[in-house]
Amino acid sequence: MRLKKNIILFFLLCGMFNVYAQNFPVYEGFESFKPVLENKDNKVYVINFWATWCRPCVKEMPAFNKLYEEYHNKNVEIILVSLDFGKNIQGRISEFKKRHGIKSKIVILDDPDSNSWINLVNNNWSGAIPATLIYNNSKRAFFEQEFEYEDLETELKKFL
Amino acid sequence: MKKILTTGLFLTLAILGLNAQDGYKVGDKADDFKLKNIDGKMVSLSEFDKATKGAILIFTCNHCPYAIAYEDRIIDLDKKFSKKGYPVIAINPNDPEIQPKDSYENMIVRAKEKGFTFPYLFDETQEVYKMYGAKRTPHVYLLSKEGKGFVVSYIGTIDDNYKDASAVEKTYLADAVMAVLDGKKPDPNFTKAIGCTIKDKEYKK
Repeated sequence: MRLKKNIILFFLLCGMFNVYAQNFPVYEGFESFKPVLENKDNKVYVINFWATWCRPCVKEMPAFNKLYEEYHNKNVEIILVSLDFGKNIQGRISEFKKRHGIKSKIVILDDPDSNSWINLVNNNWSGAIPATLIYNNSKRAFFEQEFEYEDLETELKKFL
Repeated sequence: MKKILTTGLFLTLAILGLNAQDGYKVGDKADDFKLKNIDGKMVSLSEFDKATKGAILIFTCNHCPYAIAYEDRIIDLDKKFSKKGYPVIAINPNDPEIQPKDSYENMIVRAKEKGFTFPYLFDETQEVYKMYGAKRTPHVYLLSKEGKGFVVSYIGTIDDNYKDASAVEKTYLADAVMAVLDGKKPDPNFTKAIGCTIKDKEYKK
């Protein structure tokens, strides 16, 4: 009887999580993620490294939302790379996305050996987040800082 | 003319100041500091009596998930290496006005909860982290005694897996301490890791 109850509870919980759980792509290992930083089409890519619990990342999220509104149909693609770890990452990010009204693409990079890949993103990166990379097929710029919208747009415009 | 000179001098000082913010590199002499510990007493590098051969200086804090993930490992490192002359000295560099969880009072609470075996100092004026050039939490500086002072032997991360201590393959910091205990130079002597920014009102925006 108790088992039956538990089984029912289990499925109920699964159902609850399904409402939230969106499947954000997970890159296990930097090698599989690398192509995200190496697109060679005609778009400008804005790649932001962040995490749901990272305060300065949360603070600059409205700037990236506005950038999406202004530029997503102008050949600019924003990719938010979550470095979250721990339990129920998909659910947490999904809830975060809803709460902050994020329309940009979100992916998850899961490679805890960060010493092996930080320099491959940029040599000047200390490893602190947030960090942002802007690139197109001919140049790239890296920023270890928290962005206000105006500064972010100014940097993007150098690529347009 | 005087104005130009003053402006020039000011600019030079400003540039020097900015350069100083880059902090130490491996091989540099590490300056002494005196900061308040969680027991209310002041602790300095030069007078910390367990630091007979050197010290494992770790900029860390209460709130950052990476710092939290490493707490138990930091306690283990202190237990292992303080008796060999390389104790851990932890420093919280964050401004609690930006991150209230990193207040002095909360440092005392966290140290008690976890049973920290090492000093946990508060860099209240945020001068020490700038002097060392720490960029994130956790950020480690391994210091070795040379003559009367200390030199930096290793800068970087603790190991290669912040999320799972049981899956660690490369124990960068422990290897570095073992190397200096053997009279050798750590290899690698510089590593990086993802971490939280240091909470400072002057942080670039």
